[in-house]
Amino acid sequence: MKTQAAVEISHLSKAYGNVAAVDDVSLSIAEGEIFGILGPNGAGKTTTVECVLGLRTPDAGSISVMGLDPVRDATELHLIVGAQLQESALPAKLKVGEILAEYRSFYTDPADVGELIDGLGLAGKVKDYYRSLSGGQRQRLSIALALIGRPKVAVLDEMTSGLDPQARRDTWDLIESLRDRGVTILLVTHFMEEAERLCDRVALIDAGHVVAIDSPVGLAARASGGKSMRFVPSAPFDDRLLTELPEVGTVTRIGSHVVVSGTGELVNTVILTLATAGVTARDVQLDTSSLEDAFVKLTGRHLHEEGIPA
Amino acid sequence: MNTHTLPRPKAPHSKTPLAKAQPPRTPFSAARLTKTLLPETAPRAAFGQIVRNEARLAWRLPAGLIFGIGLPVLLLIIFNQIPSFHQTQASLGGLTAFDVYVPILIAMVIAIIALISLPGPLVTYRDQGILRRLSTTPVPPSWVLAAQLVVEFCITITSLLILIVVSITAFGLDAPKNPGALVLAIAASIAAMFAIGLCIAAVARTGIAARAIGAAAFYPMLFFAGMWFPRQEMSGVLQDISNLTPLGAVVEAIQDSMQGQFPPAEPLLVLAGYALVFALIAGRFFRWE
Repeated sequence: MKTQAAVEISHLSKAYGNVAAVDDVSLSIAEGEIFGILGPNGAGKTTTVECVLGLRTPDAGSISVMGLDPVRDATELHLIVGAQLQESALPAKLKVGEILAEYRSFYTDPADVGELIDGLGLAGKVKDYYRSLSGGQRQRLSIALALIGRPKVAVLDEMTSGLDPQARRDTWDLIESLRDRGVTILLVTHFMEEAERLCDRVALIDAGHVVAIDSPVGLAARASGGKSMRFVPSAPFDDRLLTELPEVGTVTRIGSHVVVSGTGELVNTVILTLATAGVTARDVQLDTSSLEDAFVKLTGRHLHEEGIPA
Repeated sequence: MNTHTLPRPKAPHSKTPLAKAQPPRTPFSAARLTKTLLPETAPRAAFGQIVRNEARLAWRLPAGLIFGIGLPVLLLIIFNQIPSFHQTQASLGGLTAFDVYVPILIAMVIAIIALISLPGPLVTYRDQGILRRLSTTPVPPSWVLAAQLVVEFCITITSLLILIVVSITAFGLDAPKNPGALVLAIAASIAAMFAIGLCIAAVARTGIAARAIGAAAFYPMLFFAGMWFPRQEMSGVLQDISNLTPLGAVVEAIQDSMQGQFPPAEPLLVLAGYALVFALIAGRFFRWE
């Protein structure tokens, strides 16, 4: 893959009044990559993409999108970047086909409308008024408008919020087909499953700062410094048997289950120690860590702590 | 255009008037004006598409057509049915009430469309993020504003043509004695009132607020236009105030040009002043998001 960055953000800062929305954010997104920005509401994700799109002027730092400055070269930028923003409606009394025809006319080499709406499951809706569309259909139309100009870079802000699981998977398929065509995608999300499935790399953002940038697997691995296991003991035992071990952090009992968290060779050590005390660990389960765990570990907070859970 | 498919030799005689490479000679060419209003960031055909969709919306949400065309035409028909409206009156300077009310209805059409029809959609588009979405495309959101102006301008002209043509052909109104002055007066009236409408669009945050401001401006203006009692019957002070209000000046300019006076300088200057001041305020405060 080419090493040239499609989107290069360096030391971006943006404040509203005294509140810093984005504080010294730097990211580099390679051409053809699906890059996720993940974080709780109010973390600065949307402000970051608004700066990338030239909708806001950064207070400090610089941004380059395919070699263009989003503020200075806004005109050229909007020819090669497609965007789907949150909370963006369309006129209630226009039909889907009329809206698509209008936005299609904005570009010199637009996408094939039929193919696009098939991929988004809107084929039967062309003659329907925007007003009559469900929330999920409106969202998919919004994605269609972001892609109708055959963008080199697509910026999708919470693209699958409000979609049912089937529509979400269909949308993911469409996004993957875009990647196959070499489109660079900047995805803002707080769906873990979406980031794990689609993203080549993810930036965790919290309170305006980049906490970590890595592949979803890499981030999960960072969190796995803390492991946990659960089992049902064959006989009663004293918790101190385990808490005295250097690998063990906490021991919690939930009904007949025992949950042990710790580090290192936790599983082997616990099972061996119990065995020497004549106790067998049955139904052993390991909690594999996920992006969600990575987020909690890296920020000390849950993704959905603030605002409305998606 | 396609008749000359082969490139011609560089003969000095084959200079076509549409030679593209040549910069415009005159500083005020129409092409140049279009280029200023619609910067070439997207295919020009996009503007046609936007106008078409705005026209569809005007048709499908017909309140603007009902109040901008239907209501004034209905009032015209009612006024025509009142026998006393066709008798000349000394208090109206020898005119009939019908003569006096046609310019007032013209003012009403321009005011309804400028103050209520025009700002509503623009404010709603901003409120709902439609202008913001456009900001991410090659089409600047100002194209939607321009399209909205085109559509509302066409509705205004349609309504005024119906009013004037029906009045003259069917209801016995004298043809305007100075058509050129009438066209100028109507153009100045539309410019002033649309500028005020854009100003409402600039300051109102929601569609409901825009309609409220529009209505609050409309009724006092209509009073000074003479809707409830004609300007000719107003006291000296009221008439002086009326001359300085936008709709008072609209009625004065149109009335004067219908009666053949040219140029009706004072009202035209008042209207030009409103157009300039409110366009500047609108330009200063208009927000695209």
